[in-house]
Amino acid sequence: MKSVDIALEAQRTGRWSAVKDWLYRQNTGGRLSTLLLFIPPALMVFTLLVILPIAESGVYSFYRWNGFTALSESGRWVGWRNFQFILQDPVFHQAVWNTAKIVLISLLIQLPLAMMLALSIASKGSLNTLFRLVYFLPFILADVVAGLIWRFIYDGNFGLVAAFTQLFGMESFYPLADRDWAFNAILVVVVWKYFGYHMMIYIAGLQSVPNDLVEAARLDGASRLQIIFRIKLPLIMPAIRLSIFFSVIGALQFFEMAMPLVTSGGPSGSAHTIVTYLYEFGIVRSRIGFGSAVAVLLFVMCAIFAFVYQRFVMARNTA
Amino acid sequence: MKEMTDRRSVSASVARWGLLLLAALFVLLPFWMTTLGGFKSLGELRVSPLGLPRQWDATAYLDILTSSMTWQMMLNSVVITGFTVALVLIIASMLAFTFSHIRFAGKQYLYSYVILGMMFPGATAILPLFIKIRDIGLLDTYAGVILPQVAFGLAMSVLLFRTFFEQLPKELFEAALVDGCSYGRFFWTIVMPLSKPILATVGVFILVGSWNNYIFPLIMLNDQSVYPWPLGLMEFRGQYGSEWNRILAYITVTICRRWLSSCMRKNTLSPG
Repeated sequence: MKSVDIALEAQRTGRWSAVKDWLYRQNTGGRLSTLLLFIPPALMVFTLLVILPIAESGVYSFYRWNGFTALSESGRWVGWRNFQFILQDPVFHQAVWNTAKIVLISLLIQLPLAMMLALSIASKGSLNTLFRLVYFLPFILADVVAGLIWRFIYDGNFGLVAAFTQLFGMESFYPLADRDWAFNAILVVVVWKYFGYHMMIYIAGLQSVPNDLVEAARLDGASRLQIIFRIKLPLIMPAIRLSIFFSVIGALQFFEMAMPLVTSGGPSGSAHTIVTYLYEFGIVRSRIGFGSAVAVLLFVMCAIFAFVYQRFVMARNTA
Repeated sequence: MKEMTDRRSVSASVARWGLLLLAALFVLLPFWMTTLGGFKSLGELRVSPLGLPRQWDATAYLDILTSSMTWQMMLNSVVITGFTVALVLIIASMLAFTFSHIRFAGKQYLYSYVILGMMFPGATAILPLFIKIRDIGLLDTYAGVILPQVAFGLAMSVLLFRTFFEQLPKELFEAALVDGCSYGRFFWTIVMPLSKPILATVGVFILVGSWNNYIFPLIMLNDQSVYPWPLGLMEFRGQYGSEWNRILAYITVTICRRWLSSCMRKNTLSPG
C-alpha cells in the first residue's frame, strides 16, 4: 500500500518536474509569459467585436427578429426568405446600382481628374504645393461635415443652386428632393471630397519616377503625351491599382456622407446605397434579421472583390 | 515649325492653368459660402449666398462658442478619441511585436486571421455589434463606442507595426537576448523608444478615423450628454432645421478646430 503511494508520488512529481523543465526551457527570456500577456488583449477584442459579430450576422440573417428580446425568445426561423426578399426588392437593386455608379464615377471622372491634376503639379514648387494643399482640404473633413456643407449648397432656397435659379429667373429647384437628381447630386460631393486624396496617391507615385528616364525620353524626341503614356503611367501602375482598390472599397461602405444629404434613401429610396439600405431597414426599422441578411450580402461582395482584385490585379505588381 | 510648337505649348499651359483654377474654385467655393454664411442674417443668406456679408454678424458663432453643450461634446470627442488611440497603440503594438520577434506555432495563421479584419467595413458587423454592446450594458457609455472603434482599427495598425518592427536591426535583439534581457523588457525599453515614427503614424491614422467616425456613435449612443462632435453636429442640424446661418457657423467652427489640430500635430510630431 505504502510503496504504491510512494511510486505514484514519484511518478507524479517526475511528470510534474518534466513539465516544469519543459516550461522553463520554453520560457527562456520570458518567452511564454510574454506571449500570454501580449497576444490575448488584442486577439480577444478583435475576435469578440469583429469576427464574432460578422459570424453572428450570418446566423441572424435566417431569422425574423426585432432584437428587443433574446433570439431564442422572439426570433422566428425563416430560412432563405430574407435573402429572397432583398434580392427581389427594387429598392435594393437601386442601392446596388447606385453603389456601382460611385465606382463608375470614380473610374471615369474622379481618377482621371486626379491624374491630370497630379501630372500638372507633381513637380516641386511653392505654387504647386499650395494647389496640392487646396485640393486636399476636403479630404480632411469628416464625411458628415462634407455632406452637411453640400446640403446647404443644394438647398433650393439658400445655396448655390438657389443663386443659379434666381439668376436665370427659374423656379426654385431642390436637387436632393428630385428622384432623378438626388443621387447624381451626391456623386458630385463624392468627387469633391475624394479627388484630392487620389491625387496625393498619384503624386507620391510620380515623384518616385526617376528623372533621368524622363530626360532621356525627351532627348530622344518623345512628345509630352508620349512621355506621360509610355513612361509615367506604366511606372505608377501600382499607385493606380491601389487608388482603384480604395475607391471600390469606399463605394461599398458609402454611408456617412449620405446621412446629412438625404433621409431614408431620398425621394422614394432612389438615393440608397447598400449601407444606407442596411441602416434604414435593419436599424431604423429594428429588423435585425433582415438587416443582417443585407450585411451578409455586403460581406460576400467585399470578399469576392478583395479576392479577385488581389488575385488578378494586385498580383501583377510582382510580375 | 518652331512657331507651331510654341503655340501648342502656350495653349497647353493655358489649358493647364484653366484646369488648376477651375478645380480650385470647385473645392473652395463651398468653404467660402460656409464660412461667410455664418456671419449673415437668414434673409441675406437667402438673397446673396455668394457675396460678402453686408453686416458682419457674429452672434451665431458666439452662441455656439458660449454654449455649454458645445464644450461638453468637444470633451466627449476628446475622451473617446483619446482612449481609442491609446488602446490601439498599446494592444496592437504588443500583438505585432509577438509576430515580428517571437517564434511560436501557428504564427502565420494568427497573423492572417487578424489581417482579415482589414477587408470588411464596420457596416457588415453593425447589427450584432449593437446587440452585443446592449447586452453587456454599454449603450450610452464611452466604452460602447471606444471598444468597437479599437476593434476595427486593429488590423491595419498591426500590419503597420509589424512591418516597422521587422525593419529594426536584428543585432539589437540578439545582443539584448544574449545579455539576458527578457522579451518583455526588450519591447518596453528598446523597441518602443525606437518606434516613435510608427507610433505617430498609426496614432494619427486612428485619431482621424475616430474623431470623424459617425456610424458607431450613431448606433451606440442615445443620450445627448455623451454625444461626440459629429453626432452633435447632426443633432444641431435637426434642431435648427433650415436656420442655415447657425448651422453654417457650427460647421465653420468644426472645420477650424480640425485644421488647428492638424497644424498642432504637425508641429509636435514632425521631429519624431
